[in-house]
Amino acid sequence: MYSKTVMEHFKTPKNVGVLDDADGVGELGNPLCGDMMTIYLKIEEEHIKDIKFQTFGCGAAIAVSSMLTEIAKGKSLDEAKQITNKDVAEALEGLPKNKLHCSNLGADALQMAIKDYEDRKAGKPKVKADGEEKPDQSHGEKCYCPYCDTEIPEGNTFCKGCTLEV
Amino acid sequence: MKIINLDHISATPVLPEVQEAMIEAIKMNYGNPSSQHKIGDKAAEALNAARESVARLINSPIPKEVVFTSGGTESVNLAVKGVAFAHSNKGNHIVTSNVEHNVILRSLRRLKMMDYHVTSVPVDEYGRVNPDHVAKAIKDETILVSIMHSNNEIGTIQPIEEISQITKEKKVLFHTDAVDSVGVVPIDVQKLGVDLLSFASNPFYGPAGVGGLYIRRGIKVWPLLDGGVQENNKRAGSENLIGIIGMGVAAELTLRDMDSRLSHLKKLREKLLQELPQYLTEYHINGHPEYCLPNLVSVSIKYIEGESVVLMLDEDDIAVSTRSACAAGALQASHVLLSIGRDFADAQGTMVITFGVNNTEDDIHRFLTVLKDSVKTLREISPLYTQTNAAKAAQA
Repeated sequence: MYSKTVMEHFKTPKNVGVLDDADGVGELGNPLCGDMMTIYLKIEEEHIKDIKFQTFGCGAAIAVSSMLTEIAKGKSLDEAKQITNKDVAEALEGLPKNKLHCSNLGADALQMAIKDYEDRKAGKPKVKADGEEKPDQSHGEKCYCPYCDTEIPEGNTFCKGCTLEV
Repeated sequence: MKIINLDHISATPVLPEVQEAMIEAIKMNYGNPSSQHKIGDKAAEALNAARESVARLINSPIPKEVVFTSGGTESVNLAVKGVAFAHSNKGNHIVTSNVEHNVILRSLRRLKMMDYHVTSVPVDEYGRVNPDHVAKAIKDETILVSIMHSNNEIGTIQPIEEISQITKEKKVLFHTDAVDSVGVVPIDVQKLGVDLLSFASNPFYGPAGVGGLYIRRGIKVWPLLDGGVQENNKRAGSENLIGIIGMGVAAELTLRDMDSRLSHLKKLREKLLQELPQYLTEYHINGHPEYCLPNLVSVSIKYIEGESVVLMLDEDDIAVSTRSACAAGALQASHVLLSIGRDFADAQGTMVITFGVNNTEDDIHRFLTVLKDSVKTLREISPLYTQTNAAKAAQA
């Protein structure tokens, strides 16, 4: 079901872990779909010097995180901002259709981490990871039908796109 | 290394005796059981012999009460829709439970589009229905109660006999989806007191693609497939005789071996449950500790997701199943696990281990060893695990 590249990244994921002195953190959780991802960035001279991830999710979600960190590592922030979900999926030699939503999560988490770095640099108050206050996650909270990729609003158990129960 | 199959709920191996009988049946070049000549008579004899074997397996006193189908899915569809259509002059209300298989959920959803109404009763933390809730849900317009015999995700067995007392009193038909029970635990339709009971051949080592529906004599059910008058006019189409013969032999073997299979399965299950704490921390066993299938263990493992565990175990040639949404191609966590109080994350980390007659205690040992490593690796990747540990450290 998964490509060879996906399985390789799942079995031996690259850049797993936590950066305690991270300059930017992107944390995306989706209790509805069940995937969660955290991206840590170490920035030097506006380049991604180091990147680590942690992921709670399926084989695809783990492979997406691993591939994403490999693509982003060493890139300038401007370059990293251009990384899309499609880039990650393509680098993995494709994902099954019902797993494409996993790749959405990856690139979104990276963009959040970059934004967190820029906010900190601009002097905006740091959001505590363990506090009640959470960064705006709304754009990553979306769920997509695993069969037809139509967005499913939270609470819905029925896909309007293909009339299947989800 | 040989693959260890701990996923018998998905498929069981067809027993050698069943295979032989089916190959023999192919070579026999059977005719059509409905034909009025000697070739047809021979086919009809084989069909009836299989029907008698299957009827014995569920202790149906009249073999004709068994209607052969293409499997559990068709049996349940025929039971639910067949009763709903045939009894629409009496009412349009159906009672079911919150933990049924998708075959019930989606059959009832279809009926809802056709102006039928459904009441679904909740379950307790073990996934059991309270018969009083069923009694309260029955209205004047109720034509059918459908509650599964055993649950395919957590193995909990429902109080079917108690519920049938209620449906008899209230004169409402009672169907039970016993697909994961028939051939695994002793099933007696007379003792259970049900009017309809769905089952399939594969759970007791017969071929997939064959099943049956027990319909108590005299109960009106409209066929789903219109055509000929096969199967007592309840299921049109020339019979899948090869498959049915296989199912008949599988039923005979099950009747012969039920006791030894049960003690073997129970021993394996007990061993797994007993040894699990030495290999795993922070997990939850789902389902009722007493009223449960002997061949199923459902375990929710904290901080990790089920599909990744399945893939990791598969790398080491061990097959298990998961109820995570990701693996099921669904969007949301299992309705069964949410109904018994698991949260979204725990439901995602749920594995279903199902034993078969060929499993050994060594299989369990190898499984547990690999599971321990897989869970450790996945927890190291998991942000939930890191967060929880950080919170625990902060508290201490």
